Amino acid sequence: MKKLINRVEDVVKEELEGIVAAHSDLVRVHFAPNYVVRADAPVSGKTALVSGGGSGHEPMHGGFVGMGMLDAACPGEVFTSPTPDQILEATKAVSGGAGVLHIVKNYTGDILNFEMAADLAKADDIEVEAVVINDDVAVQDSLYTAGRRGVGTTVLAEKICGAAAEAHASLKDVAELCRRVNANGRSMGMALTSCTVPAAGKPTFDLGEQEMEIGIGIHGEPGRERRALATADEVTEMLTRPIVEDLPFKRGDKVLAFVNSMGGTPLIELYIVYRALARYLDGVGVKIERRLIGPYITSLEMAGCSITLLRLDDEMTRLWDAPVNTPGLRWGV
Amino acid sequence: MAITYDQGLSFVQGFGAAIAENKAYLTQLDSEIGDADHGTNMDRGMQAVLAKVGSLEGADLSQLFKTTAMTLISTVGGASGPLYGTLFLGLGTATTGKTELSTEEWSQALDAAVQAVRARGKAELRDKTMIDALQPAADALRESAQDGATLEVALAACERAAEQGMQATIPLVARKGRASYLGERSAGHQDPGATSSWLLVRAARQAFTADT
Repeated sequence: MKKLINRVEDVVKEELEGIVAAHSDLVRVHFAPNYVVRADAPVSGKTALVSGGGSGHEPMHGGFVGMGMLDAACPGEVFTSPTPDQILEATKAVSGGAGVLHIVKNYTGDILNFEMAADLAKADDIEVEAVVINDDVAVQDSLYTAGRRGVGTTVLAEKICGAAAEAHASLKDVAELCRRVNANGRSMGMALTSCTVPAAGKPTFDLGEQEMEIGIGIHGEPGRERRALATADEVTEMLTRPIVEDLPFKRGDKVLAFVNSMGGTPLIELYIVYRALARYLDGVGVKIERRLIGPYITSLEMAGCSITLLRLDDEMTRLWDAPVNTPGLRWGV
Repeated sequence: MAITYDQGLSFVQGFGAAIAENKAYLTQLDSEIGDADHGTNMDRGMQAVLAKVGSLEGADLSQLFKTTAMTLISTVGGASGPLYGTLFLGLGTATTGKTELSTEEWSQALDAAVQAVRARGKAELRDKTMIDALQPAADALRESAQDGATLEVALAACERAAEQGMQATIPLVARKGRASYLGERSAGHQDPGATSSWLLVRAARQAFTADT
């Protein structure tokens, strides 16, 4: 294992120390339990947004704390859900009296820990609503699985709902909006290489030089199908077609197109994917109204990408454009 | 013969030692169908438990199990933290005020704990989870206790059922947890959660049949 770390046990703690050293104008970090809050938290009278999950997906979620996005993020160990006490303390730290929305990605661990935290927060008289993001079309949604995973749409939901909360939308309205974003977002990812969890010390799975994994999750969990390596244009179609057919996205729909790096894939390749995506969508009459390209929901150093399409309405577009000032996303300020 | 507080403590400590010993093995199993952290996470939690439980002054079994539960909940993360936390909380709730347990009382406590885990994780038998080791173990213990078996015999039956349940997860297709994302590809691998649950049941047998 080759990584720029000091001690395996200190990876998350030292990353958080780095965040606070770099961005103390935007965020504060609390240690033991670990959570990141916006510098001016709690904001009185504002619905607070709390998200969290395992570390290793940076900039999600800690990099999305700040004005116009999250009020708090709870980073767990690498690829491990945060614990209930951590989520509870973060919830209390940002509660401004207007309720707290938990944005939870659909993984068994995240759901269990956020549910326990919400029960504890309610016992402290904090109103909590939870919205579960489950946008990964690679997973069959059925009674026989844990359901679709939460992936790329999470980033978009945090931005759009953060803007609504900043404009003092109620907890009920922000939660409703979050469900609408989730209902209109679909994603799928692929991997060219595995990744190495620092504590494990070796790659999570083996992928041959001429192989790729289609339908990969964001934790290095293998996807649904291993195939021979293909060109960027072919891969883009393999990801985009199931996304488009799933919702389905129809002729005339306006979308936000999000091409994301899994961590190891450079921007030069993401733009080659974006080029193919734009052509594909043009061919089926779907209009790209907004776009986001870069590493935003990563899987350590895994090479690969994911594509997310979000069908926009006017309110979502307006909220996407609203100012945001976080370590990971910044515009309009 | 009753289960004493010291044996309860040595059960918790023995489980911690078994997790430490099998840390790499559990993580290896998890990397095949999950996200390669089960051994690491459980070990972090049990190390924190070990640091606390040795020095509980004047505690009863309930306090011992509850302390274990709260420590796991706040240190493990993942799905295992809430699930093993819930299991020990179930043991703690069922043993309120007890400084020793009969075979029947241990059986009732394990039954309550397994029920609580099922309620939290919403898993059924053959979903390829912890429950596949725990439920047969609790059933075997209850049946042996009802048949009037000695503590040794009942605990041995309990451990054997857990081991068989764990091995029976190998051909199963996962229907809960992260392994379920793999669909058919999850078959052919032993479930890491069922494996750590077998270690737990084995630690109970070892501790409760040893002289202290």
